[in-house]
Amino acid sequence: MSAPTTTVGISDEVRELANQEYQYGFSTDLETEVAPRGLSEDIIRLISAKKNEPEWLLDWRLKAYRHWTTLTPPTWQHVSYGPVDYQDIIYYADPRPKKTVASMDEVDPELREMFDKLGISLGEQERLSGVAVDAIVDSVSVATTFKDKLAAVGVIFCSFSEAVQEHPELVRRYLGTVVPYNDNFFACLNSAVFTDGSFCYIPKGVHCPMELSTYFRINAVDTGQFERTLIIAEDAAYVSYLEGCTAPVRDKNQLHAAVVELVALDDAQIKYSTVQNWYPGDADGNGGVYNFVTKRGMASGKNAKISWTQVETGSAITWKYPGVVLKGDNSVGEFYSVALTARRQQADTGSKMVHIGKNTKSTIISKAISAGHGQNTYRGLVDIRHSAVGARNFTQCDSLLIGKDSGAHTLPYIDVKNQTGQVEHEASTSKIGEEQLLYCRQRGIPEEEAVSMIVNGFCREVFKMLPMEFAVEAQKLLTVSLEGSVG
Amino acid sequence: MLHIKELHASIDSKEILRGVNLDLKPGEVHAIMGPNGSGKSTLASVLIGRDGYDVSGSVTYEGQDLLALSPEERAAAGVFLAFQHPVEIPGVGNMYFMRTALNSLRRQRGQEELDAVDFLALAQERMKLVEMDQTFMSRSVNEGFSGGEKKRNEILQMAILEPKLAILDETDSGLDIDALRVVASGVNALRSEGRTMLVITHHQRLLDYIVPDFVHVMAAGQIVHSGDKDLALELEANGYAGLTPGSARVGATA
Repeated sequence: MSAPTTTVGISDEVRELANQEYQYGFSTDLETEVAPRGLSEDIIRLISAKKNEPEWLLDWRLKAYRHWTTLTPPTWQHVSYGPVDYQDIIYYADPRPKKTVASMDEVDPELREMFDKLGISLGEQERLSGVAVDAIVDSVSVATTFKDKLAAVGVIFCSFSEAVQEHPELVRRYLGTVVPYNDNFFACLNSAVFTDGSFCYIPKGVHCPMELSTYFRINAVDTGQFERTLIIAEDAAYVSYLEGCTAPVRDKNQLHAAVVELVALDDAQIKYSTVQNWYPGDADGNGGVYNFVTKRGMASGKNAKISWTQVETGSAITWKYPGVVLKGDNSVGEFYSVALTARRQQADTGSKMVHIGKNTKSTIISKAISAGHGQNTYRGLVDIRHSAVGARNFTQCDSLLIGKDSGAHTLPYIDVKNQTGQVEHEASTSKIGEEQLLYCRQRGIPEEEAVSMIVNGFCREVFKMLPMEFAVEAQKLLTVSLEGSVG
Repeated sequence: MLHIKELHASIDSKEILRGVNLDLKPGEVHAIMGPNGSGKSTLASVLIGRDGYDVSGSVTYEGQDLLALSPEERAAAGVFLAFQHPVEIPGVGNMYFMRTALNSLRRQRGQEELDAVDFLALAQERMKLVEMDQTFMSRSVNEGFSGGEKKRNEILQMAILEPKLAILDETDSGLDIDALRVVASGVNALRSEGRTMLVITHHQRLLDYIVPDFVHVMAAGQIVHSGDKDLALELEANGYAGLTPGSARVGATA
């Protein structure tokens, strides 16, 4: 199968887009307590001790670390980058004040200012949007809001570290059940050294009363970021979770190897949305975040539903395949993605849908936009096992190229072991390019606005899956990314 | 209002327009007829500023040098083209598109923008002209539209954007007789003293509905014959071959 690949031929597009400065390029000067560089069992013991973790968790980390030392980094992905020196990374950084705060007033003013620059004013969020924010700067949670309201309906939403202390039995039961410690090189590294992340538990029958949101941010110089997120929706529970990221300018590449695990039991539904805007590197491809993330959901119960929606405009390299294991009968997995690569950004992303239960259904909609020297690869796996009677998949991947130096590639893998399975691929045949631009301009719409309109239209199927406020943010992000892109 | 003088246009070193001369006065309806490949659509393309042509000669529009303007500036100056093949723009709502277009024009002209409510009222009124219903407006621009629907959508845009110079490029192609009647009555309703029209077609049929003030025949990149509406009937009876051979040769050797 090949994706429709069309070209928008715009004069000077490439140069302009490539020259665009990263909007969030600043760094703040929080005092940071850091571990020595490098990775060893001692460092892992240090992390575990700092976090006052139970013995079983330290053992799990060590098991992961020992396995990791036997692994080599994967080379099959369609991205290229210099070797990462894993002994030159700081695996633990602890911003002060260390204690968790009860209210916004207690949050470090400098930190709040940083959030303001990002347009993520916590106070604002708290007051206006009713979104509970578990803000993460480097490795320790600094503020958790709306906890009481959530607690009233039995929802647990806290930092991963806190969950380890307060709800060890839940963490122990589910940690690594979706992404095992030995899943892949980066997930294995994460399992050994993860410092914090979010934890979310929705009990049986509870419809989470608000969108849950977490903003991640890398702040300390040369600090690897290893987040671990675990979301559990019990029978007939529902949760919508939003994740958004930006990162400041750095000269050295920064590694970000997160793991997200979702567990949906019978009739449960988890909607996980991401807007990712990590620092993409400068025009020559220097700096920028390596975003090597493992995200997976387990639709373990019947009629369970897990949806991934992502809008990715950042990172020097993106390497991720949010997927769903459709174990429960009639379970549903969805993946909606917009990936924009400009400058010298590279993305190798897509989805994995593993059909195990009967009548399981999955949908993959991927929209890739490449500008400048951006390289965008869709890589997807649809795996229909013997047991998956009546399984169905629908996949659509479209690419939009802007300029002559960008690239788009499509690598779908399909494995159907049950003959009742139905796998469908569709490609849009609409022509995107000069004719559309001329049409808009003939009607009086200036070129730059026309490009933005066409690109947003191209992505609409995905944007409409995002929660309202995120959809607006995503469109803005895309428009900002395309600003100054025409002559 | 539009003076075209010795207009030449070539693409990839191939000359398509070979010295077109044409004068249009306010409120007039001119038809350009001619066989395929005679340069009719190229003339429309050059007038709206499509990229890729080497153009020489002059086009004066309301005293301005039209060729010096970008496509959107020409639109703001009141030039409109009903495209022969309107392009689809997936994911962009028709209503949203037209409102964006109208407000872009208004902005460029220093007028106040219309809000969604006022625009809706305007659109609903104009939709009656081409017998379109609300469902068209919520669909993506031209996406999945039939040939007739696309052409009606072009005329609707013309009705909403209210150009001073409307160029209709093969607006009748691909239309059955009922759709042709709807489109033509929409166009006729938009005829006015302040609006000049240039109707490009190679069928006389359209001109039964949209009766022109002048008819021009184009061949090999030139206007080889001009007359009143009876010229169209003459062409219908005798074909393009019936033109005086001398004038056709002039076109061919120019």
